[in-house]
Amino acid sequence: MISSLGKQKIAFFFLFLANLLVIVPVGLILLIIIQKGLPAMTWQFITDIPRQGMRTGGIFPAIIGTVYLVAGSILFALPIGLLAAIYLSEYAKENLLTRMIKLAIVNLAGVPSVVYGLFGLVLFVSFCKFGASIIAGSLTLGIMILPIIITTSLEALESVPALFREVSLSLGASKWQTIRHIVLPNAIPGIITGTILGIGRAAGETAPIMFTVAAFYLPRLPKSIFDQAMALPYHLYVISTQVPNVDEKIRYGTALVLLILVLFVNLVAIIIRYQFRKKKKW
Amino acid sequence: MRKFKEFIIEKLILISGLTSIFFVVLIFLFLLKEGLSVFQTVTPFDFLFGKSWYPISEPAQLGILPLMMGSLIITLGATLISVPIGIACAIYIAEVAPSKMKEILKAGIELLAAIPSVVLGFIGMMTLVPWIKNVFNLPTGLTALSGSIMLAFMAMPTIVSIAEDALYSVPKSYKEGALALGATHWQTIYRIIVPAASSGILAAVMLGIGRVIGETMAVMMITGNAAVIPTSILQPVRTLTATIAAEMGEAVVGSEHYFALFAIGIVLFIISFIINVTSDLFLHRERK
Repeated sequence: MISSLGKQKIAFFFLFLANLLVIVPVGLILLIIIQKGLPAMTWQFITDIPRQGMRTGGIFPAIIGTVYLVAGSILFALPIGLLAAIYLSEYAKENLLTRMIKLAIVNLAGVPSVVYGLFGLVLFVSFCKFGASIIAGSLTLGIMILPIIITTSLEALESVPALFREVSLSLGASKWQTIRHIVLPNAIPGIITGTILGIGRAAGETAPIMFTVAAFYLPRLPKSIFDQAMALPYHLYVISTQVPNVDEKIRYGTALVLLILVLFVNLVAIIIRYQFRKKKKW
Repeated sequence: MRKFKEFIIEKLILISGLTSIFFVVLIFLFLLKEGLSVFQTVTPFDFLFGKSWYPISEPAQLGILPLMMGSLIITLGATLISVPIGIACAIYIAEVAPSKMKEILKAGIELLAAIPSVVLGFIGMMTLVPWIKNVFNLPTGLTALSGSIMLAFMAMPTIVSIAEDALYSVPKSYKEGALALGATHWQTIYRIIVPAASSGILAAVMLGIGRVIGETMAVMMITGNAAVIPTSILQPVRTLTATIAAEMGEAVVGSEHYFALFAIGIVLFIISFIINVTSDLFLHRERK
């Protein structure tokens, strides 16, 4: 018969073990990619176009393609997402409509990424006649990251104390003036965090861009937003499954560049959030 | 003039507030518009329960049962692995871990959530797949088991963070009451805190499952993509998501095959809709 404290020790040990089962593989994955990808990291690899059927040369067009896509998706999603968050936090009443909007946001966040790809294909590529292009891909990614931007911005806006608003309104400011000069400035760090998390997500997604923008092999830079482009995540997919005999070094190198990009973006978000929490006085 | 400007801005805010509903409806309508055409050539029953998926043979056979079974077996496998481990992680982080350790573990799990699925698919292909092949002595390591393990891993951040929130929001008085009555910390956790957080934990599990069913790239890269009804977890399978991603590039616009892929999109949309609405109900019950 084991005492209850003995049982507790055993239970806590197993709970700790469960965490190791998750954390150790994460560490290993990062280590493997860094160790095997670093040898590929040359100046030429980052700044050159792919050559010889992507077996040598660099990944510059894919990096630029991803940057364009991310910029486009944020330009679309940030204004709409921020205004939507302002609506929910400052204007919406507790009613059926608000409930529906919140449910819609949850659903948008849950739609499988490949379904976004299908949607972008019919709406932007075919219906709007953009063809496979940066703009079609950006809009598709933009809709996909909308729920991330809305929920994080909403959280930031709601954490501004009601007292701030009451004081401003009682001094004769209008509702919009209160939002513009009192609520928004206090919520900026949270909004930036949400935007950055959206950037990270948009940069790493593959399925939504497969049919809307991504070019299998396009060894030049895109000419306009109506041009096709390569993108890092899709490029990694292509060279690791579709093209035989690509040097392992190039595959790991591409994975490492994508990983650095995404993790760096997330790190910035984490630091901003941390600073904000530390400084928050209310 | 200022009144007018504010009027415009407030209307813009209202319109933006409604965009989420607009986009959900738009996605569903466009999927329906393209996907329903497939039922001119195949009945809904044959589509859902047809046993063979040969979209480019003459005549095309468009039964998605093998694909649904593929998604099902991988989801089951991933759930069996990720739910116990994920909940255990959440309990440890919420209740047991000292604060330094807590920060490290949470950062590690956020890190995992940030890794793009194509990178995880790639690393799974390079490490997990050969390992499975050797351990089980198989002709190929691209199996449902590899997919399940990888997806269990990918569902972990969702399960851990939502379950941890649920555990954390259990009123402190419950815990203090149990401890005051002489229960050990562990007894308090599994008799009081976990049951009190059960609906939130259930929501965490459901959202984890939603993540697994919708995952595309990693699955496509490591499950072998054979569209046959699986009889064992050590066989290659093909999921609903991977089918769309792998075949859309080759499907001729306006062909039966093209419409069928959109119909699969409808199925996925409906599954994710049901999962999200029910888990939202659970989370709401939690808050009350």
